Amino acid sequence: MLAIVKRVGIALITLFIVMTLTFLLIHKVPGDPLYMWAVELAQEYGMRIEEAYEEVKVMYGYDPNEPLSRQYINYIKGLLRGNLGTSMIYRMSVNKILVKALPWTVFVLSVSLLTSFVVGMLMGMVIAWKRKTALDPIVTAYAAFTGATPDYITALALLIIFAANLKLLPMKGAYDSALTPGFNWPFIKSVLHHAVLPISAYVFENTAAWAMAMKGSAVSVLGEDYIMAARARGLKERRIMVFYMGRNAVLPLVTSLAIALGVMLGGATFIETIFAYPGIGWFFGQATTRMDFGLMQGLFLMTAAATIFSNLLADILYSRLDPRIKLAE
Amino acid sequence: MSVAAIPVRLYRSIYEPFIIIRRNRRAFIGLIILGIFALMATVGPEVVPLDTTQRFDKRFQWPSLEHPLGTDHVGRDTFQQIVHGSRDVLLTAFLAAVFTTGIAITIGMLAGLQGGTVDALLMLLTNVILTVPNFPVMMIIASVWKVKDPVSLGVLLSVWTWGGLARAIRSQILSLKEREFIEAARALGLSTFHIVFRELLPNVMPYVAINFFSLMRGAITASVGLMFLGLVPFKSTNWGMMLNLAAWQAGAIYVPKALFYFGSPMACIILFQLGAFFFASGLDEVVNPRLRT
Repeated sequence: MLAIVKRVGIALITLFIVMTLTFLLIHKVPGDPLYMWAVELAQEYGMRIEEAYEEVKVMYGYDPNEPLSRQYINYIKGLLRGNLGTSMIYRMSVNKILVKALPWTVFVLSVSLLTSFVVGMLMGMVIAWKRKTALDPIVTAYAAFTGATPDYITALALLIIFAANLKLLPMKGAYDSALTPGFNWPFIKSVLHHAVLPISAYVFENTAAWAMAMKGSAVSVLGEDYIMAARARGLKERRIMVFYMGRNAVLPLVTSLAIALGVMLGGATFIETIFAYPGIGWFFGQATTRMDFGLMQGLFLMTAAATIFSNLLADILYSRLDPRIKLAE
Repeated sequence: MSVAAIPVRLYRSIYEPFIIIRRNRRAFIGLIILGIFALMATVGPEVVPLDTTQRFDKRFQWPSLEHPLGTDHVGRDTFQQIVHGSRDVLLTAFLAAVFTTGIAITIGMLAGLQGGTVDALLMLLTNVILTVPNFPVMMIIASVWKVKDPVSLGVLLSVWTWGGLARAIRSQILSLKEREFIEAARALGLSTFHIVFRELLPNVMPYVAINFFSLMRGAITASVGLMFLGLVPFKSTNWGMMLNLAAWQAGAIYVPKALFYFGSPMACIILFQLGAFFFASGLDEVVNPRLRT
């Protein structure tokens, strides 16, 4: 129990440090970012620049002329109220953008993550069990190849082959914009159609890593006495592979999966950007390339918080799943 | 030991790893690939001229004797761009790996040797670095602070990447500290300077050397990625910029004939990554004789 309290404490301190570092990084920007946005606003609405500047100050929720400590207190207060800030590009709160973008990211990435996890786990299990088959070197080579290929190259290659040239699948977006979103078949079909390439890119890129992790874990389990005992009892091969080796070997992978599910909420910047898929990663890419500090900060803090808590969860989960492991004090 | 034995020992210590690498097929292939890239980045730009004249009548050509890797969207030679781009890409990756290693050794050593509060604080910081994913952090820093040259890009790439190595070095120092040869050095009254640089550092160096190559791999992926997103403006010959231009601006992705234009930077990145991976795993066997079978 004490160990859990300590872990929660460390997670909260980590989150606090990240919040503070983000604040310092973004509020000590060289030059005045508000001025840039004020100029844009003034041009768009024909306002005077001073007027626009006041407007931007309200939208951003801070005044660069205030002392830094005062800005910091306001920033923390806002975050504690669940206010992630305001986006300058979209002129709306980051919370609203989150509500729009998160479903797309969760849809595409949870399907991708679970598919690559299940397929990779099965591959790893089989190659650990039957080491003399052709599958082992194939999976190892596949792992070396995807390990050497950044996800943007995979995504770009898929885009070029299947969307730009063969024209089998759509180039960008989450659905055909001519359709009305809702619970109707054309719309659902379009959503699925648009998700094929992003999901394929992610699954292709990550499956081998799961397979190698599973293989490593399974090989170490194979030396255990209970495997030999199961063999001695004359149990069927398949039963030993799945229930004796597989179930025990998958434990450490489950914690990695828990962490990956948390990291997932931050989106896959490259895959989403290349397919112009409107998830968190795409918005984050827009925020950084177009210098929208409010959006950048809000999305980053959400991502960081999700990652920190999924790590915490994985830590606790691991000791629960495997009673032999105790959390270090 | 006689004076004459020193050159022999020196010769052996340099020559022997090469013999083992020569025998290890993966490491040897890795060494050759890395060697070619190193040549390309150092000598390449001096030998291969860069001609940036635009010739629209020659756009998107297939490879020929004149253009070994074809031409781009305005008829410039792809091979020349790849060669000239390699220098910045590899220099950035090398610098990033040097900086990351430097920070990691400093923090890991300090935490391991000092212990107590210093250790606790440094490990808390390391924990923050390791928990928060590094690529979003790099994107934010690149967006806020404008990066203009390989050195500052190298710094940017190392700021949030040293966590794993620092933690590993710390735990190695913790176990080395208790070993007899360190105790002997202390009993002999040797200075802390001597113990750190002559006794401890050489013992963690093999581990650091292997990690250096994975750090370079990560740095290439990240720097090319940042450039691909347009977050760090650089020369147009940089592989990341080539990919960025090919994908978003030149319309090359719709032209099957442009295969060699966008395929070349992709192939170079994958080849370099494979080379570094093979070489590092071979090097692992050289410095960890237990892995040799």
